Amino acid sequence: MGQIEWAMWANEQALASGLILITGGIVATAGQFTQWYLGAYSIAAGVLVCLLEYPRGKRSKGSTMERCGQKYLTRVVKLFGPLTRNYYIRAFLHLGLAVPAGFLLATILGTACLAIASGIYLLAAIRGEQWSPIEPKPKERPQIGGTIKQPPSNPPPRPPAEARKKPSEEAAGVPTGGPQENPMPVNDEVV
Amino acid sequence: MGNWVVNEGISIFVILVWLGMNVFLFVWYYRVYDIPDKFFYTRKLLGCCSTRIRRQLDRNLTFHKMVAWMIALHTAIHTIAHLFNVEWCVNARVNNSDPYSIALSDIGDKPNETYLNFVRQRIKNPEGGLYVAVTRLAGITGVVITLCLILIITSSTKTIRRSYFEVFWYTHHLFVIFFIGLAIHGAQRIVRGQTAESLLKHQPRNCYQNISQWGKIENCPIPEFSGNPPMTWKWIVGPMFLYLCERLVRFWRSQQKVVITKVVTHPFKTIELQMKKKGFKMEVGQYIFVKCPVVSKLEWHPFTLTSAPEEDFFSIHIRIVGDWTEGLFKACGCDKQEFQDAWKLPKIAVDGPFGTASEDVFSYEVVMLVGAGIGVTPFASILKSVWYKYCNKAPNLRLKKIYFYWLCRDTHAFEWFADLLQLLETQMQEKNNTDFLSYNICLTGWDESQASHFAMHHDEEKDVITGLKQKTLYGRPNWDNEFKTIGSQHPNTRIGVFLCGPEALADTLNKQCISNSDSGPRGVHFIFNKENF
Repeated sequence: MGQIEWAMWANEQALASGLILITGGIVATAGQFTQWYLGAYSIAAGVLVCLLEYPRGKRSKGSTMERCGQKYLTRVVKLFGPLTRNYYIRAFLHLGLAVPAGFLLATILGTACLAIASGIYLLAAIRGEQWSPIEPKPKERPQIGGTIKQPPSNPPPRPPAEARKKPSEEAAGVPTGGPQENPMPVNDEVV
Repeated sequence: MGNWVVNEGISIFVILVWLGMNVFLFVWYYRVYDIPDKFFYTRKLLGCCSTRIRRQLDRNLTFHKMVAWMIALHTAIHTIAHLFNVEWCVNARVNNSDPYSIALSDIGDKPNETYLNFVRQRIKNPEGGLYVAVTRLAGITGVVITLCLILIITSSTKTIRRSYFEVFWYTHHLFVIFFIGLAIHGAQRIVRGQTAESLLKHQPRNCYQNISQWGKIENCPIPEFSGNPPMTWKWIVGPMFLYLCERLVRFWRSQQKVVITKVVTHPFKTIELQMKKKGFKMEVGQYIFVKCPVVSKLEWHPFTLTSAPEEDFFSIHIRIVGDWTEGLFKACGCDKQEFQDAWKLPKIAVDGPFGTASEDVFSYEVVMLVGAGIGVTPFASILKSVWYKYCNKAPNLRLKKIYFYWLCRDTHAFEWFADLLQLLETQMQEKNNTDFLSYNICLTGWDESQASHFAMHHDEEKDVITGLKQKTLYGRPNWDNEFKTIGSQHPNTRIGVFLCGPEALADTLNKQCISNSDSGPRGVHFIFNKENF
């Protein structure tokens, strides 16, 4: 398993845990279970986890498939700098978020899943992985005129081949690159 | 429309039947718990609707995924329902509920009574719920197998599957724990109902209103309850047994000796393994599973067979893209320059061949074969087989003309297949029948520098990329033109069109077949066959 980037799997697991926390929280809150405020906490924690985990990080090898519409959240997550880049911080954050939800049966599954995600992130951090945002490549605008150093030396309309030989003999002593001397008079016919 | 029914009809039919059975069983068991008197008091206490998870034999990947999503859905419904169930049952025991439920829950406290509410300890929520979850078999197995299911699902997403196959493969084997847990999940029988004998003495419809009188008046003795036996194992034991048989067969097959007779390295990280196995019989277009214990003791990987049945060996072409293929590359000594002794080659285990044979190809007079990208691999087998049949004048070969289209993005994937086409080209020239196979290779991903290269070498006899006499085309083929040309060259024939490639292309070709076929019984007819290799 030499090539695996554990953070990719941790990311999927954490996203799923967020959704499960939200679901469990809704069940506890809507059913008005005892201590349902823990359910409300679970919804909030689940939303936070989902927002943090939705933008997929860039893989170190190969191209990464972005999730639909993730570029807006990427900008936000990037703002936090090392807090979101470092996977040790993410691992402990997820562990911390998971604990309060463990006190209610409805949300304990979310706790277990998030704890597993935290463990995988810890493994990723130990292996030196980190989160980098997927940025859209700046479009390379074709450089207009960038490669043209000199104007063409023999642009059309060109006289037939015989007439062309004369200017090249004369030009032997004349530096090329100067303005073109048309051997025949040329009219600009554009009105 | 007719083509669609022929191609997809059976799958859709099976899926509809399966979905119909799911719906039927859901409704049926809902009514089992909703209607009879046996569960009258159970309903009063809970208002539950039990669900069942069904797993049926899966035929292919799409069906497998659909079953998985159905399991996930039912797991969610089941878990949420039991969350409410546990909460209310615990509340009833700590007097945090309506008097009727509290009274019902009290039954079972006295020595000779059997209980209805499975929660016996009086611990209040939320600790009460958590206590129940860890002390009951249903609770423990429920949490464990749901965790397994979630891990299986998160490691099966496309990103993980494509890039980190080992994680996907090994995590998927958690399904063993899942099914064992599922089978014993109901063993403690916490869903209770009134026993049949008790129903004779105590009729709920008559007695439910005067619960305080139970045991004191004659026609309403205290009711007796018992747990429902587990039912899920009846559904899953059949498929589990079949799966076990399949793995045993794979194990037995893996013990059979497979000898690598030749290893060929092709450019751009492709190797070809030619092997022999006693008693191995294959058809065109099939695939095998391959395991190499030297590289990994547990992993089996599928590969399409690229040899023809007429040959005395079978071969697969492998692209080196990941850990396992890299390991195989080294184990076969492909990175060494000098000749390898046969005994140094690694042991291989082979399971298969699988897949439906595409024998329809041979029954048409004219065929169009279209392979997109990696979808061209089964056509290697088909083309070779057709050539052998043609040379040996096989009686069942009606084929007179093949139009072959290979669409791919870049030239790298070409090489070994181009070698095959070159070989066929030479052989056809020897037999003086260069018209038998006409092929078009369409590069769909060319760029400026390649285009200028081609333009410079346009007039040379052999194609600059493939070395073949027929030139490579750039961009996607103009299917309308192709169909019209072929149709006009073969009037009054049935032309088979075979595709191995993406859905979008299947739609395009299907439409072209329909629009270019003559309506009457005479005239040219294009018949579209989508092969699932």
